[in-house]
Amino acid sequence: MTGSRDPGVAASRSLMIRTSSPQQTEALGTALGALLRAGDVVALSGELGAGKTIFTRGIAEGAGATGHIASPTFTFIREYHGPVTMFHADLYRIDAPAQLDDLGLEEVLEAGGIVVIEWAEKARALLPPEYLWAELRFTKQDDAREIEFMPRGPRYAELVRQLALGSR
Amino acid sequence: MLVLGIETSCDETAAAVVADGFVLRSNVIASQVALHRRFGGVVPELASRKHIERLLPVIDEALETAGLNIAQIEGLAVTRGPGLVGALTVGVAAAKAIAVARELPFVGVNHIEGHIYAAFLSEPDVAFPVLALIVSGAHADLIVMRDHGDYEILGRSRDDAAGEAFDKVARAMGLGYPGGPEIDRLGKEGNPRGVPLPLPMAGESWEFSFSGVKTAALRALRGHEGDTAFLRDLAASLQRVIVEVLVRKTLGAAAVVRPKTMVVAGGVAANSRLRREMEQACAAAKLRLVIPPPILCTDNGGMIAAAGWRRLTAGERSPLNLAAESDLSLE
Repeated sequence: MTGSRDPGVAASRSLMIRTSSPQQTEALGTALGALLRAGDVVALSGELGAGKTIFTRGIAEGAGATGHIASPTFTFIREYHGPVTMFHADLYRIDAPAQLDDLGLEEVLEAGGIVVIEWAEKARALLPPEYLWAELRFTKQDDAREIEFMPRGPRYAELVRQLALGSR
Repeated sequence: MLVLGIETSCDETAAAVVADGFVLRSNVIASQVALHRRFGGVVPELASRKHIERLLPVIDEALETAGLNIAQIEGLAVTRGPGLVGALTVGVAAAKAIAVARELPFVGVNHIEGHIYAAFLSEPDVAFPVLALIVSGAHADLIVMRDHGDYEILGRSRDDAAGEAFDKVARAMGLGYPGGPEIDRLGKEGNPRGVPLPLPMAGESWEFSFSGVKTAALRALRGHEGDTAFLRDLAASLQRVIVEVLVRKTLGAAAVVRPKTMVVAGGVAANSRLRREMEQACAAAKLRLVIPPPILCTDNGGMIAAAGWRRLTAGERSPLNLAAESDLSLE
């Protein structure tokens, strides 16, 4: 696999899935969300417009979150309630590591819910030893995306294996 | 009743005195826009620190402008959410401290409710039901207000807020922050149909979605960075589609809700194209429209005092352990 910006995950098997519409990107998120459990961390990376928020929306739906799901760019972290609490962080406007201090991201990572972080490359130092890294990339077609899942640790390798089974 | 309103939910430190719910005696806003401009948006820690530095001087100025001293204030209203939790906490703590020290009634107010009450400050005879469109960097909410304190959210943005889409595209275009005014300015010289962009309708529902049009605008921008004529057309086109969907959905909802008053407020309500098109559409549909002046559309303490006055005179009081809530719901 090419394009991994996280050398630590290179040893695990990654999975590439192509979606052809925002709806499919959301549905893939839903499939992932249904597999998640308390304590799981999903780190998302991808350019503005790549589909991170819609993918996260799918994850929240799959995880059974209720209430209003939307971009947390303004408040940085949103919290959704369901069978498991889900935290949705968006670090788009962070451009210096010192700015992370006041966000409470560390507390969120320790809160025992599901955590999804958009623009996760800006918080690499705060990530736990194991997590699922997912990169969303534009393709030549306007609405199609390539989404590469790079597991770090056995729990996430298993998660990716299940996701691969489900998406066949 | 003289109410002091305090607002610190985001990047404006604001305080105002409102008499009897409708008479704006003072409205002081210390903006942090210059501070946050270089980051392309609000930085929470910086915002909280600036609120701490500025809030008491801003309150003093609000009292002074109103020709009052704190002993004459009869009630306190403060924004308790939604917003940045650290920023909100500064205002809530200040309001509580004053309430305790002066033995005054105090009430926490929803920021979105405050935006709607800006309409009552500019035109006190606003009649119910009200259909309100609240558009800002953080919101695109379509709300029915059937009476004071009675809200139903018809639609919100399922992804980016209206102002957020402007901010993100403006940043990619190399324009300043906040993006809305920059796009408004640049778009005046451009062709609103110069760059084909999809209408962000998100189906026939009253929910908004601005993520798709943002992505389309970013895609269109590629290879044209620095091309001034193109940037003008892109700004005009982006503004056209966002305004068109805001107006269409609001008028669509009005046909069902049959409001007596339409209200458009929030920071994006300062957008010249939105104001113009909403005025035309409401005139054609014979609907009364209230768009408060820009100074009451931006975050301000006056709207919070107006909303708080209504609650205080109805006997509502907040407990002294009131906490700021970043996701506070209106319903």
